[in-house]
Amino acid sequence: MKDIEIGGAAVYGLLGYAVVFFGLVMLMIVVLLLGKIMVAAGRRSEEKIASALPAEPAVPAKEAPRALPAKGTGGEILLHDVPEREAAMVMAVVAHRLNKPLNELRFKSIREVKDK
Amino acid sequence: MNILETLGRLARESGFAAFFAAGGWKNLIMIAVACVLLFLGIKKKFEPLLLVGIAFGVLLTNLPGSGLYHMEMWDAFLDPASAHYHSYGYILTQGGLLDVLYIGVKTGLYPSLIFLGVGAMTDFGPLLSNPKSLLLGAAAQLGVFLAFFGAILLGFTGPEAASIGIIGGADGPTALFLTNKLAPHLLGPIAIAAYSYMALIPMIQPPLMRALTTEKERSVKMEQTREVSKTEKILFPIVVASFVILLIPSTAPLIGCLMFGNLLRECGVTERLNDTAQNALMNIVTLFLGISVGATTVADRFLTVKTLGIVLLGLIAFSFSTVGGLLVGKLMYKLSGGKINPLIGSAGVSAVPMAARVSQVEGQKANPSNFLLMHAMGPNVAGVIGSAIAAGFLLALFG
Repeated sequence: MKDIEIGGAAVYGLLGYAVVFFGLVMLMIVVLLLGKIMVAAGRRSEEKIASALPAEPAVPAKEAPRALPAKGTGGEILLHDVPEREAAMVMAVVAHRLNKPLNELRFKSIREVKDK
Repeated sequence: MNILETLGRLARESGFAAFFAAGGWKNLIMIAVACVLLFLGIKKKFEPLLLVGIAFGVLLTNLPGSGLYHMEMWDAFLDPASAHYHSYGYILTQGGLLDVLYIGVKTGLYPSLIFLGVGAMTDFGPLLSNPKSLLLGAAAQLGVFLAFFGAILLGFTGPEAASIGIIGGADGPTALFLTNKLAPHLLGPIAIAAYSYMALIPMIQPPLMRALTTEKERSVKMEQTREVSKTEKILFPIVVASFVILLIPSTAPLIGCLMFGNLLRECGVTERLNDTAQNALMNIVTLFLGISVGATTVADRFLTVKTLGIVLLGLIAFSFSTVGGLLVGKLMYKLSGGKINPLIGSAGVSAVPMAARVSQVEGQKANPSNFLLMHAMGPNVAGVIGSAIAAGFLLALFG
């Protein structure tokens, strides 16, 4: 098809715009579904990690607080008695020393080594 | 041996003499155009990586007698009645240096490889964390179809109009890919219009953004988007490539390469390939692409009324694409109860990441504590997919 009339061009223009919308709306639905599946899977793995932790001690007041998964890590990093702010600093220092971007490193857990 | 005769013959055969022959003035004009483009690329830093190469290609091809690029060979290549119809062998054996390099454009190789590099350089995280931004990428293709219609009104053929319209996608490789398939004779002016307007985004978009949005809308601070897992980022290119190519098969070269490049980036086990795709390969292809596209601006074919029409329609395409993104951005602002800043809509034109940066700058002017960049990257990369789908549709229609 080479020559096209003005009316035909208007119709094809509208159709083309609609096709682009259709394609990207469909893609949006797929991405939304993918996101929901991933979030649900992340939650399940968080629960698994939480259930794998040792049981609560008999006298909780004297023991260290329960390990909390850090935000944004899908529960993969465990902080043992370390505030989030300090954990972030530790990770930044490690990344700096290794000369690697932080998002290329994987931290599993951070625990404060206390003097006995 | 007659020395004077020899010198006279040398003078007559020199390129300088050709400037005074019939039509030689056109070459002089094109050389001036090349110098302007070089000035814009080097001094003003307008898309220098491509514009400098294109401008130098314009200069080389318009130096009479250089013999680097032969338009007549490519006419024969495209003419079914010619003995050299679709004969790359003829080009390789008889062509000049730029003819040989141009084969990469002709086969669609360079735009696809550029997309591979773009994919390796692009973080689709913002889009994954806010998939609604895909709508803005679709809305910002408005200019493509309006310019297509406008080009038909101005008397261009369907394939020519489609190639002109895709300038509104603000995506150089897509514009080259489609034009090469549908209207190769317009490749020079379309490439120059597309890349020039992309470079001029910081000047074209802000007035439209301010005209179509209120101060209150522009100052909206958007909330932090959710974290995206590594698995999601790895699955994304596989899902998108499969889905989009199945939907519109003619997008396969562009979307396939874009998503392959992104998979190299995200999978985490092909670091060397990722590095090559976004650096060495990208640079080499950009180098070849720029100079060979510039070579197509042969004076006789470039200095026509059609070129002026293309430049005008390209501006219309760019402007209306920005308007389309902004209008849907405003709609999303209303529907979300004022949580979405409509400025991110204008980033739906591809031009990664310049369009997103313009959204950021305009957002900060309205509210200095506003950081829209990551939010605008979603529509920005959605625009790349959107323009590839638009090109796929037009290719399916006229290809």
